[in-house]
Formats: sequence, structure tokens, C-alpha cells
Amino acid sequence: MSTADLLQFVASGLQNGAIYALMALGFTLVFASTGVINFAQGEFFMLGGMLVAAEVAAGVPLGLAVAGAVAATAAVGALIERFALRPARASGALTLIIITIGCSMLLKSAARHLFGPDERAVPAFSEGEPVAVAGAMVQRQVLWVVGLTLLAAVALTVLYRWTKLGLAMRACSVSHDAARIVGIDTARVVMASFALAGALGALAGAVVAPVTQTAYDVGARMGLKGFAAAVLGGLGDPVGAIVGGVVLGLLESGAVAFVSGTYKDAVALVVLLLVLVLRPQGIVGRHLGEKL
Amino acid sequence: MPDALEVVGLHAGYGRILVVRDASLRVEPGEVVALLGSNGSGKSTLLKAVAGLLKPEAGAVRLFGKDVTGVPPERLVSNGLALVPEGRMLFGPLTVAENLALGAYATGHVQEVLERVLALFPVLSARLSQPASTLSGGEQQMLAIGRALMSRPRVMLLDEPSLGLAPRVVSDIFDVLDELRSEGIAVVLVEQDANLALKHADRGYVMRGGRIVMEGPAADLRRNDDVRLAYLGSWHGKEPTDADLES
Repeated sequence: MSTADLLQFVASGLQNGAIYALMALGFTLVFASTGVINFAQGEFFMLGGMLVAAEVAAGVPLGLAVAGAVAATAAVGALIERFALRPARASGALTLIIITIGCSMLLKSAARHLFGPDERAVPAFSEGEPVAVAGAMVQRQVLWVVGLTLLAAVALTVLYRWTKLGLAMRACSVSHDAARIVGIDTARVVMASFALAGALGALAGAVVAPVTQTAYDVGARMGLKGFAAAVLGGLGDPVGAIVGGVVLGLLESGAVAFVSGTYKDAVALVVLLLVLVLRPQGIVGRHLGEKL
Repeated sequence: MPDALEVVGLHAGYGRILVVRDASLRVEPGEVVALLGSNGSGKSTLLKAVAGLLKPEAGAVRLFGKDVTGVPPERLVSNGLALVPEGRMLFGPLTVAENLALGAYATGHVQEVLERVLALFPVLSARLSQPASTLSGGEQQMLAIGRALMSRPRVMLLDEPSLGLAPRVVSDIFDVLDELRSEGIAVVLVEQDANLALKHADRGYVMRGGRIVMEGPAADLRRNDDVRLAYLGSWHGKEPTDADLES
């Protein structure tokens, strides 16, 4: 295999990895503030792509369509928290997880009714030939994918580290009771984390749709990948989510390059199983021992 | 002037199990009140119900005359109530500075308050950027009290501050308690070590089986034979036996 081929695989690994990282961030934010694994996360991805496709078809300019899809999906996330999960808050995490599975089915069916069963295309964010990056030919949309993921990661870091909401989110990830006695309205923080998860999922879905097409049923597969990436990085750890996403993307690329494209989707499952058995705290995770 | 904290006929428990029955107590501004009782007598449950972590079954809780019965804890902070809970409940992975900042979450950060807290607990100044989980037990207790003070409370509930700490650290912490009183903060102190609590308190309440069975000035309680027998560990030099406690 030539260096150029290798670079090509790395580029495609990074593209997928960036998407997985966004999805894993969505999983991890919700898990950190609630202890719940949100199985509707994949549908946020689907909504991002499908809403952009529908908006563009209705004549909305592309940039506005993406912003609209991200905002609308954030609202869906907040609504799920407020009306599906909060009323059942007193029940255990397992009940809440099953409710998210129900929400995921609901969103998928609703999307099929609203947008139809067909694959939808989304125009590339910028026109033009692929560009050469360090010897590999890269589609311009891939640069958008990686760039917007980096931007989202930076924005999220700023939010998490240096804002009052971020501080409250980190407090909730330690203990809800402790957060409440210092005056944090934990219900609002949880709602905010669902909205953020919605926004991140939709951004992933919107930015990758021009490369891969989209359809009402793309959520489940991407949900699984994002979940595997989040577990790989250590659930609840935002830095781990990004690392997990990129590593999973590169592993998949490696499997395609050196084994066979047939096994690409199996990589996430293998990673998920291996991590859960061998290192449940993830490769970056160190939270477990640190709690008081 | 209304009492800083007034609890009237409070019933509270977990599910169908009633732990606290008909408990009433009051604390004036600048008063330290000890809440005594053996394990399982309902002290911590009463404190949780006052702090809003547990919804009372019946009765009322008033802060400066304002009814706050059943108000969730996150809204009590801005009403001037702060809880230093059993087990401290610090944010372990977060830094000392972040823990203190979270103390001021509901009421807003005031630089003078932070400086005051660091003056009360100088050891925290050197540890501001360390995760709270790396502090010693005594430092963690100081941080828990400091975090509560960051919200500029007028009523503070302290649950077992001396638990598991070295005597010297305990005396440091209780010295701070005396300072709080002089600033006009009303303090409810739940403490296993009745001797220590009554030494620093103005008045005391004794709980048994979920009820308040005795109350009075701290000095009187320290001299009271029943209290000495049950909670101070000595009665005319004789170790109390189970039979004595039952009677």
C-alpha cells in the first residue's frame, strides 16, 4: 500500500471519527448529568440530516437550514427531557433508558411519516473539486466535518470549563443532591444537557449528510457507533468522547484498509465488547476512583 | 423579630416509615442550637426535612417567619439557608476553588465573602486548585463549611461536623462556629459528641425515637442526669448499661 493510500484511509478515518466524536459527546453529556444512556441520540443525528434536506428542498438557504436543524433538534432534546423523562425521574435509570428507546422509535416513525421513506441528498456546504491535503485528496465537505467538530469541541470546552452552566453541569455529574444543596436547579441542568446533546447530534447529521446521503432510518447505526465511541473514551468524560470517536474512526478505516470493508461496522461492536469487558472506565476515563 | 428558624410539629420519614414525629424547635439569629440523640433517633432525618431534601408529611418550617415547608433545597439557598450535610457531599473531582464557587451559585459571587472564608480556613488558600477529593478529612470538612458560607447564609445546618476527625481539627472547626455566632448566623448543630456540642451551643434539644424529649439551655442539659446518662457517657462515674438506657 502506498503512502498516499494510507493517508486516504487516515483522512476517511478522521472524517468518520469526527462524526463519532460529536455523537459520543452527546451521549457523554447526558450520561454525566443524569446517569442515563440516551438511546434517542442516534435519532438526533437523523433529524439533523433530514431537517436540512427538507429545509433546502423548501428553498431555505443552506447555512440557515443547518442552523435551523440544529436549533430544532436541540428543542426536541429539551422536550424529550421535559415531557418524557422528567415525569419518570423518581424511577430508576433503567426505566429512563427504556423511555429513551421509546422516544427513539417515536422520532424515527415520525420522520418516516413527515419526510417519506426515501434517501435524501443534501448539497455540499461549499462547491469545488477535492483538495490535496498532505498528499491525500480530500473532499471539501470532509474539511467542514473536521472543522465544525473542532469548533464544537472548543465551544463545549469553554462552556464546560468557564461558564456557570458548565460548572453546574459538572456539579450534577458528581451528585444531584450535592448540587441541589448549593442551589442548582438540577432539572434545568439536565434539560440543558439534553438540548446540547440534540444540537451536537444534529450538527453531526447535517454536516455529514452531503457525503453520505441521509434517510429516516440512519439513526440506529450512528447511535451505536457514537455509543461505542463514548464507552471507548469513558462514559461521562467529554475529552474521552472526542478521543474515543477519533480512535474508533481510525480503527474502522484500518479494518477497511487491512482486512475488508465487510467488517467495517463490526469494529464498533468489537470495540464496545472489548472495552466493557477489559476496561469499563474507558481509555481516558479516570472518574470512577475520584468520586468522594 | 421572628425566629431565624422555626419548626412546628414536623413529621417526616421515608415512604411509609415515619422517622420524625411531631418535632418542634426554634433558633434565634446568632444562636447555636445543638440537636442531640443517639444513632437512629431521627436527628439527620429532621435536618434533611428542614433542608428540603425530604418532604415533610406534616408540620411547618419557617425561615424568618416565611413558610418554606416542602420547598426544594435549591430554592432554600436563596432564602438564606445552608446545609453542611452528613458526609460533606463535596464535589470530589472539582477543585477547591470550584467547590467554593458552587457554594455561591444561587446567591452570586462576592469577593469579600470568599476572602472571609479563606481567612476562617487559611489552609484552603493553599489548596484552591487541588481537587477536593485530595484534601484530608479535616480540610474537607472545612471546605464543606466554607462552601456553605459562600451563599451568605443566615441559618446554617451542620450535620456531624466532628465525625471521624482528629481532636485538634475538631476544635479548630468549633472555634469557627463561635465566630459564626458572633456574626449573627443561626446554627443548628447535629452532633454525636454531646459534650462537645453542648460546650459550644446556647441551647439544646434531645431526640429519642423520632421525638424531641427534652430541651433547655446547654448548661442545664450538661448537668442533667438523664442527658449525661444517655449521651455524655458518664453518670456518677458509672458506665451506662443497656438496662439504664431503657429505663
